[in-house]
Amino acid sequence: MSDNPEKSTSKGRKIVFIGNGIAGVTCARHIRKRDSAAQITLISGETEHFFSRTALMYLYMGHMKYKNIKPYEDFFWGKNRLQLVYDWVTEIDFEGKTLKLQQHDLITYDILILATGSVANKFGWPGQALQGVQGLYSYQDLEAMEANTNSCQRAVVVGGGLIGIEMAEMLRSRDIPVTFLVREENFWGNVLPKEEAQLVNRHVLEHHIELKLVHELKEIQDDGTGKVGGVVTSTGEQIDCQFVGLAVGVSPNIALFKDTPLETNRGVLVDEYFATSIPDVYAIGDCAEFRKPVLHRRSVEQTWYTGRMHGETLAYSLTRKPVPYHPGAWFNSAKFLDIEYQTYGVVPARWGDELQSLYWEHPEGKICFRAMFEAETKVLTGVNAFGLRLRHDFFDKALRNGSTIEEVLARLDKADFNGEFFDKGYLQDIVRTYNEQFDASLRVHKKKGLFSFLRS
Amino acid sequence: MKYIKAIGLALFLASLVFFTSLLFLGQFRLTDAVLQEAVSEEHYPILKEELAPMMGNIYNTNFSFASDFNNYFGAYNDRLRMEEQYEKVIWDDYAFSVTKASSTGFVADNKLLLLLLTIIAGSLGALLYVLPSPRHKTGGLKHEGVYFSSLKSRGWLGIVVGTYLIAFYVLLYWFAEYITNWVLLADPVSVVLSGNPASKWFMYGLIYTLAILVMGVRMFRKYRGNKYQTLRTASVMFFQLAFAFLIPEILVLFNRPWHDFKHIWPLDYTFFFEYRVENMLSSGAIGMFMLIWGILLVIVGVPLMSYFYGKRWYCSWVCGCGGLAETAGDPFRHLSNKSLKAWKIERWMVHGVLVFAVVMTAMTIANYFSGFSMLGDATGVVHQWYGFLISAAFAGVIGVGFYPFMGNRVWCRYGCPLAAYIGIIQRFKSRFRITTNGGQCISCGNCSTYCEMGIDVRWYAQRGQNVVRASCVGCGICASVCPRGVLKLENGPEQGRITDIPILTGNDSITIHQTVRI
Repeated sequence: MSDNPEKSTSKGRKIVFIGNGIAGVTCARHIRKRDSAAQITLISGETEHFFSRTALMYLYMGHMKYKNIKPYEDFFWGKNRLQLVYDWVTEIDFEGKTLKLQQHDLITYDILILATGSVANKFGWPGQALQGVQGLYSYQDLEAMEANTNSCQRAVVVGGGLIGIEMAEMLRSRDIPVTFLVREENFWGNVLPKEEAQLVNRHVLEHHIELKLVHELKEIQDDGTGKVGGVVTSTGEQIDCQFVGLAVGVSPNIALFKDTPLETNRGVLVDEYFATSIPDVYAIGDCAEFRKPVLHRRSVEQTWYTGRMHGETLAYSLTRKPVPYHPGAWFNSAKFLDIEYQTYGVVPARWGDELQSLYWEHPEGKICFRAMFEAETKVLTGVNAFGLRLRHDFFDKALRNGSTIEEVLARLDKADFNGEFFDKGYLQDIVRTYNEQFDASLRVHKKKGLFSFLRS
Repeated sequence: MKYIKAIGLALFLASLVFFTSLLFLGQFRLTDAVLQEAVSEEHYPILKEELAPMMGNIYNTNFSFASDFNNYFGAYNDRLRMEEQYEKVIWDDYAFSVTKASSTGFVADNKLLLLLLTIIAGSLGALLYVLPSPRHKTGGLKHEGVYFSSLKSRGWLGIVVGTYLIAFYVLLYWFAEYITNWVLLADPVSVVLSGNPASKWFMYGLIYTLAILVMGVRMFRKYRGNKYQTLRTASVMFFQLAFAFLIPEILVLFNRPWHDFKHIWPLDYTFFFEYRVENMLSSGAIGMFMLIWGILLVIVGVPLMSYFYGKRWYCSWVCGCGGLAETAGDPFRHLSNKSLKAWKIERWMVHGVLVFAVVMTAMTIANYFSGFSMLGDATGVVHQWYGFLISAAFAGVIGVGFYPFMGNRVWCRYGCPLAAYIGIIQRFKSRFRITTNGGQCISCGNCSTYCEMGIDVRWYAQRGQNVVRASCVGCGICASVCPRGVLKLENGPEQGRITDIPILTGNDSITIHQTVRI
């Protein structure tokens, strides 16, 4: 953080962002809200305008077009005097506070904010440079995927996480047969407890995706023309394919800062104010790595939501008063094919005696709910919901206030965020499960519905 | 499954081609008896003389008959106008009734068979096409390939369908004498229901109702497992079939005025016109009930229901225009314009039409009570212009014909005066809102894309702000397509309905008190 708070509210300072993703754009918008004099520039070579990265898959599936995934109309940037430079930065002179670009003239800055995002991991597999082998992170990746799957008879997706299942879903939407290699014993097994992971396993199979658990990629084979022709797995099995999706995680995109004085490790090292090792240079979003991570959180946070919070917080620090990054309860969401997933707080994949778990699953096996709580105090630590919608504000408060599992279950009707006429019977089922499992006699409060008078 | 779909599509297309070709089939022959039956006593002798050259001739197409009729009929009126004998000019529109009555041969002799082979077979084909949907076996909503579809993304197929619909409406409203064969098809149904031969509006109502029913079944398939969508679709299907189609005809069977009890002024813009009011007043107790019910709906029903449930209770659960938009129009919902500019145009237009309707009605009522001394026939001219511009051109031709170009709610969004009226209530005095779920939005844009009213739902969702908008019809699709469970349609206390959340839920770094406006 700047030593001189006066300076941070001075007029007309030049604030330059490298990257126009959710972290950079959120930060720029919030700075503009409180500082009308600042000259704000966002540089990106990926796309001219900000788009929702999480929505890239919907372009491939034909749900939307590129213009639909831009959260702001194109006039927004000019109207808010957020200057956009559509170009790649090639060199940073931290000493002279100057950026060198591929096409444009030099750009100088007073404050530089790095929001360069991630790149897809590649772990040095033989053949990983072949045509038809790719990750999915950027707009360019999507274009490549479009071209690479043009005449694809079978695809292999490597990596049982969020991007992997998205890629499998995308390919299936075009009727391309998919083999899905997952290293763990279950899908996303290092994050999800076994029951939830198995629920997703079943759903993946239901979508005719060939799920191969405990399979790793060993080698990618050339078809003789420099394109991918097949893969060999850790079990020695050979699979013919014309496309390999690598979805084994992402890493901070810090190639630009190699051989500069900027201190990096996995990402750009920052303190809790997002300040890097160089004055007036900050890093937010996927590319930042906290020297001291927040309790229960990772040192590199790579979700949409954390990127947005980093942006909000840094903007406040730069325009009002320096505040350290202090996120509330963890939350995240995803959609696994047809099944929505929401999580609030901490639900570990495995736990010891210090925690207890309440798990309820609908008989059809597509809806489930898990609540974790401390064995001794019964204080809720987190929940997982599949096929259910839960109210963020409710759990944000419950987790912050240290509510116990029983307090939460008693007010579970208030946590419900499912649409009108959704069968609310699950609320009773969850409480009943708790009563049976933990020998309690809780009752859930019933919210009056539109036609509740008919039933009484 | 694949085969059933293919057979259905083939059956539908074949029926459509046959239906269209009917306009070029059949024979037309004007006889003395036909003329006597089709025109008034007063005009019979005149027309008998004027149309003498046509008498007994066999015409092989609808087109040649109708254009000959229009020529002779027009020549007579033109002559009178030249001679300035305006009082003798025949204003009645006889082209349709005479042409329909003159129809003989193939179509007129095989009405029921042809009805089965065209409209009914087409509906069955469409049902076969929409029923099997293997993709949806796993539940969950899919919009896969919407933007790759020529029909759904303004491709050549979309242009063809839009052009066909526009042509249909132009013929229906202004050149009905050329589609008498279509109207003949509806005769058997009309006779069963009301005892009368079909009017062009009955034929239109029949096709309209079938479109809602068949495409309603498609909605059941598409949104399987979503109870809100299922109930809402069942509701519009019921109201169309019962209130708009069957009950009015049964009323006619019992010699009562044709009346749709769910049609509300100012959408039902003729409700306070002299002839409607007199018709109701002269129809005994049930007529009186129609009048009082209609007035109560406007001044009590609409405000009360809209206060508790928002605009949706009507626009996406009851209304006929909404019913067609929500069923037959569903494949086109994403084509609505989401820009800020479109919103600005929308507000001017829709409230402009409301003002037009209110002023016209006020004039009409004032004129009525002053015994026509105040404005004389001026109101008649206004009625005609409203009927032409708003009711026919806007609601019909553009409203439905533009489905494949501008989405399925063009009329509801830019033109419907009732929607404007309910919208004002929804915006300022209602318990309805779409709630956003804290900080869970990922700005993906599915909600905005699939909003048929062109509301940029994402703009609210990504700021954690509730959606409170005059135009929202509460169809609930934004909540259904949201991949992260962020949106929920709710009725709740007015306090805290409109919120402004400067820092989204989940970030405790900054404490700014959120402001709540009412």
